[in-house]
Amino acid sequence: MKLIIAIIKPFKLEEVRDALTDLSLQGMTVSEVRGFGRQRGQTEIYRGAEYTTSLIPKVKIELVVANDLVSQVVETIQRVANTGTIGDGKLFVIDVEQAVRIRTGETDEAAI
Amino acid sequence: MNKSMRAVSRLTGIFAIFQILGSAAHAAAPAALTVDKGDTAWMLTATILVLLMILPGLALFYGGLVRSKNMLSVLSQILGITAVVILVWVGWGYSLAFDAGSPVVGGTGKLFLSGITGDSMAATFSEGVGIPELVFVAFQMTFAAITAALIVGSLVERVKFSAMLLFSVIWATIVYAPIAHMVWASDGLIFGMGALDFAGGTVVHINAGIAGLVGVFFAGKRIGFLKESTPPHSLVMTLIGTGLLWVGWFGFNAGSNLEATGGAAIAMINTFVAPAAGVLAWLGAERVFSGKASLLGGASGAIAGLVAVTPAAGTSGVIGAILLGAVAALVCYWFVATVKNRLKLDDTLDVFGIHGIGGIVGSIGTGIVTAPIFGGFGAEDFSIASQVVIQFQAVAIAIAWSAIGSAVAFAIVKAVLGLRVASDAEREGLDITDHGERAYNF
Repeated sequence: MKLIIAIIKPFKLEEVRDALTDLSLQGMTVSEVRGFGRQRGQTEIYRGAEYTTSLIPKVKIELVVANDLVSQVVETIQRVANTGTIGDGKLFVIDVEQAVRIRTGETDEAAI
Repeated sequence: MNKSMRAVSRLTGIFAIFQILGSAAHAAAPAALTVDKGDTAWMLTATILVLLMILPGLALFYGGLVRSKNMLSVLSQILGITAVVILVWVGWGYSLAFDAGSPVVGGTGKLFLSGITGDSMAATFSEGVGIPELVFVAFQMTFAAITAALIVGSLVERVKFSAMLLFSVIWATIVYAPIAHMVWASDGLIFGMGALDFAGGTVVHINAGIAGLVGVFFAGKRIGFLKESTPPHSLVMTLIGTGLLWVGWFGFNAGSNLEATGGAAIAMINTFVAPAAGVLAWLGAERVFSGKASLLGGASGAIAGLVAVTPAAGTSGVIGAILLGAVAALVCYWFVATVKNRLKLDDTLDVFGIHGIGGIVGSIGTGIVTAPIFGGFGAEDFSIASQVVIQFQAVAIAIAWSAIGSAVAFAIVKAVLGLRVASDAEREGLDITDHGERAYNF
């Protein structure tokens, strides 16, 4: 079991969700986050006053998948969320020790 | 011929109003005046249109431009100041502005509206036609209230609610009432010079702009000014406010005609075209100098155009009004986008940059666009050169009086209550620290 964390451009969320649903994944957690990477910020101008926002909005997707699906999920997100421009985001994969479904008490791969 | 006669009758009309208001200080209903129900209905409507400009027009326009933690403080200050000025106006403001007195200030014969009944009349621009004086009192009251409320824009996000209320009492008394008297009363100094100010370029806009500028010197910059990012929290609110201001401005300008006649129609068409030209001029300047036409730019251009056409609304033709709106928007854009940043001036919502500068452009420009050569409704012997000199003098007097009077008012408030909230309160936001509420509970 691995936890996949994907930080992507907000407008790519629906495409990524559709692509992952096609892989018959059962769920994901999505948060609106802010941050910066190589893209730095973006410039906004109000009545001639420029503001450089150093933290720009992104969407963070978290999902836990069985080991044999990891490479397929990572490849899918990388392909779908890609626009080829700076600021497309990053993917992280982390080992998960345990999972429990609260309603039934099922554990690990049965729980995800 | 018709046009020049209109201008002449307007001037004599203005004299007539104040002669009657002045000489009949305590008397009711001069028999010579008859009331037209249509005029009265229009002026009742125009009066509430100006109130709509303040609540919620100006409140939302300003509120959208601050950070969300200060939204309610802006709305509360505008609401509070409006309430204060309404009471000051019936108490002594109207008398000091419109009762007969000296060249600089009116008399005390109408304190608490004494002697004014439902039968009292104020003259209009047509001989023998009056409107109920109480409607005139209320109409002028809304002008005093919006002028005081405009000043808030320079000082948002850092000044105490109580300080602004006390300031309004003093300022409406020692600054607004005398300037209104000087410009609009027949025994007033600026009126006597022959200056043209149809709906309040000097009295409202230059006056508020200068007071705001003086306020910035007394209150100082916000914490984090030019270091932290302080973008508007809702330009949607700002556009709603802009729309309400524009709609209400028909009451302000066309209402200043005091009658439902062709003069009101002139003011109305000018109040359409000047802001339209202002919107496009500001957007065009932005497109050229910063690359993108912004909504806030368009809204600012509309306000700049409205401000500039205010003194000229009744005497300018449409071509003049279009020119006035476009030029004012360009000058205001130049000021707020360039000069203000260079001066590191924290006139937060550009009260001086738009109302002050736009008011000066409009007031002086009125001396140009009133000329028949620009399609204006001045007399045929209208001299641009001599009128512009008079307009300059009027503007200079208004600036001087407003600057000195506002400095006195701010100094008193600073000594008595203090102007600024504590620095921790400023960081947390005035909504919670001054009012105990949040604008948005999601």
